Amino acid sequence: MLLILLGVLILHLVILVLLLISTSVNAWTVSSSITTDLWYNCLTSGGGYHCKVASNEDWIQAVQALMVLSVLFCLLSLVFFLCQLFTLVKGGRFFFTAIFQILASLFVMCGAIIYTVMSPDRAVGVEFGYAYILAWVAFPLCLVSGLIYIILRKRE
Amino acid sequence: RVLCWLTSVIQGRWSSELLWVSACEYLKLPQQSEAIVIYTGWERHALVGSDIRLSCSFFSWRWTSEDVTFSWSYRPDGARDSISIFHYTGGAPYVDNKGPFRDRLEFVGNPARRDGSILLKNLDYGDNGTFTCDAKNPPDIVGRASSVRLLVFEKVPIQAGVITGAIIGAVLGLLVLIVVIYYLMRFLVARRVFNLSVSKHGRKGKGKEGSQQRQVPALSIGDPSKLKAAASEKKKQESRKDKK
Repeated sequence: MLLILLGVLILHLVILVLLLISTSVNAWTVSSSITTDLWYNCLTSGGGYHCKVASNEDWIQAVQALMVLSVLFCLLSLVFFLCQLFTLVKGGRFFFTAIFQILASLFVMCGAIIYTVMSPDRAVGVEFGYAYILAWVAFPLCLVSGLIYIILRKRE
Repeated sequence: RVLCWLTSVIQGRWSSELLWVSACEYLKLPQQSEAIVIYTGWERHALVGSDIRLSCSFFSWRWTSEDVTFSWSYRPDGARDSISIFHYTGGAPYVDNKGPFRDRLEFVGNPARRDGSILLKNLDYGDNGTFTCDAKNPPDIVGRASSVRLLVFEKVPIQAGVITGAIIGAVLGLLVLIVVIYYLMRFLVARRVFNLSVSKHGRKGKGKEGSQQRQVPALSIGDPSKLKAAASEKKKQESRKDKK
C-alpha cells in the first residue's frame, strides 16, 4: 500500500512539474531565431533578446487561462490528496482528488487543442517546441492519474 | 502650512472660515511657491465617429484666481510642432475656428472648479495625436503641462489579459459556488433529518429506545457503506411501521 501511495504521489508531482514548465517556458513555437510561447514572442538577434508581449488575440488569452487553471487545479488536487490521505475513512475513495485531477487534464487538453488549431501557419523551419509537447504529454498522464484516484481505496 | 495654522491658533486668530492657506497670507508669513500640478489622462481610446471628453484639472495651493487660464494644444502623430486649439482666459473660452478642430470643439469645463475639460466631436483617424493641457493660476504659474494621447480605433481592442483573467475568475468563482451550495445542501438535509427524528421521537412513546438506537447510526457521518445500510434499514422499519 505504501509503495502504491508513493508511486501515485510521485506521478502527481511529475505532472505538476510538467504543467508548470509547459506554462512558463518560452518554447511553444520555435524557429531558428524566433521563439514564442503563451506570454511573449522573443526574437534572438546578434546575441540579444527582444521580447514583446504576445498578441492580445482572444484565443491566446483563452489558452493562457486554461493552462493557468490546469496548474491551479493540479495543485489543488495535490492538496486534497494529502488532506484526504489523513481524513478519509477506511475503504473510502479519493473522489475530490480525482475530480480536480480530471478537470485539470481537461483544461490542458482544451488549451493544447486551441493552440494547435489557432496558432499561425506552419512555415518552413517553424515547428512546435518542447513546451507544447510537454503539454500534450501532461494531458494523458493527468487523466490516468485522475482515474487511478477514482479506483484507489484507502486501506489501513 | 501646518506651522501657519498652528501659529494662528496659538495667537487666537483662528476662526472657522479661515483655511490654513489663507492663514499664512493673513499672518503675512513668507510662503514657498509650490508648483501647480496639472492632471490629464494618460491615454484615451475612442471609436471613429464618437465624441470624447478630454479632462484637465490642476492642483494649486492658492485659491482659484479670477485670472485662471487653460490652454490646450494638439500635436498630430508624427508631427513635430503642436498647434494651439483652445484657450480660456479672462473668464471666456476661445475655441479653434480655423484649425483641424473647427466646429468640433466645445468647452465643457468649469474653471471655478478647476476643470478645464474640452469635448471633441465626431472623431476621425486624423485626430490621433497628443493633446497637451496647460493651466495657470496666477500667481501660481510655475508648472509642467500634462499630455494625453488620443488613439482612434475602428473597433476598440480588448486589452491583453482581460479575457485570461475573466476565464480564470469565472472558473474559480464557479468552484467556490459549487462548494458553498454543496455545504448548504448538506446542512439543510442534516437539519431536515434532525427535525424528522425529533418529531418521531416526540410522537411515538413506545419503542423510544428503539427509535433512538436507529437514529444514531444515521446521523453519524461514518463509513459510507454503513450509512447506506443504516438508511435502508431505517426505510425498511418506516415501511413496516406504515404497514402496521
